[in-house]
Amino acid sequence: MNTYRADLHIHSVLSPCGDLEMSPGNIVEEAARKDLDIIAVTDHNHTGHARLTRELGARRGIWVVYGAEICTREEVHCLTFFDTNEQLGTFQVLLEEGLPEIPNDAAKLGFQVIVDEEEQILEEIGHTLYPGVKWEIGEASRIVHELGGLFLPAHVDRPMNGLYAQLGVWPEGLDVDGVEVSRKCTREDAVKDHPELERVTVIRNSDAHFLADIGQCYSRFLMERRDFSEFSLAMKGEKGRAVLA
Amino acid sequence: MTIKEITDALEFTVYTEGDGLGSNVSGGYVSDLLSDVMAHSKEGELWVTLQSHVNVVAIASLKELSAIVLVKGIVPDADVIRKATEEGIPLLGTDGGTFDTAGKLFQILND
Repeated sequence: MNTYRADLHIHSVLSPCGDLEMSPGNIVEEAARKDLDIIAVTDHNHTGHARLTRELGARRGIWVVYGAEICTREEVHCLTFFDTNEQLGTFQVLLEEGLPEIPNDAAKLGFQVIVDEEEQILEEIGHTLYPGVKWEIGEASRIVHELGGLFLPAHVDRPMNGLYAQLGVWPEGLDVDGVEVSRKCTREDAVKDHPELERVTVIRNSDAHFLADIGQCYSRFLMERRDFSEFSLAMKGEKGRAVLA
Repeated sequence: MTIKEITDALEFTVYTEGDGLGSNVSGGYVSDLLSDVMAHSKEGELWVTLQSHVNVVAIASLKELSAIVLVKGIVPDADVIRKATEEGIPLLGTDGGTFDTAGKLFQILND
């Protein structure tokens, strides 16, 4: 069994809050510098940089999980992870259907651009990626799981957009593959505040918006090799695979 | 003032009466952050919100609020209505926005 260092919550320049330096190329180079083995670019409600980041990561020996940080109808932020191009493509279509079309005021809210390997702008997303999609959190979880993805409420300890802030208590029957706590929090603290998390896999990530933040916080994945089935087993804590937050 | 009197005066939709509309409303609370409602609302208050997740019922029950009012014509899912009925929490609705609804409630409760 091997231990892999994983930072699974990174915002690229596609996120309105992501720094302009956060191109897929720069993110991968910084991740390599920080000796990360696994990363995910999780932009707000969009997956537009997933494929390029995976291509660039492969060249530097980094495994890139596809993902996005979605915002549910209750404005709970949740991390979603996918394996294949097909899953990613379908999820992107669903996200576009699910998100209200509110024009983005880039000067006030931030630029949302998809760039290529040379950092040339390929597309600017015209509607803001901040709002909640139309899915209730349970529905969001079902949609992600039906596609074969993984679903984890993000930074559950945060006073805004964390699950407990928005919903007060853990929603009965919510199907998750784990939860993320912010880098200011530990698994121990989270369990102290919310004993039901004792049974849940906890991951910690940088939630980087700037290059320097990448890898400042990461989780260690104990698994045989870097692929999505091993990654899923680690999240579920099955067959000797595990996450050490 | 009872929930029934308020519901009639402001023409609220009644999704479920819960344990009935006869209990007294002590005041109002307006918030969409459920953790905030958990921390700061008081027993007997009428809660005005746009959140329609089933957890609103759990919080209203926990805090012994008198009723929930969903604004902007938001229609709760069947499981939310079922849960409110089970927990005995009146679940109401209005087409009005939060500002107008809270204003009217404030007026009627302080007349």
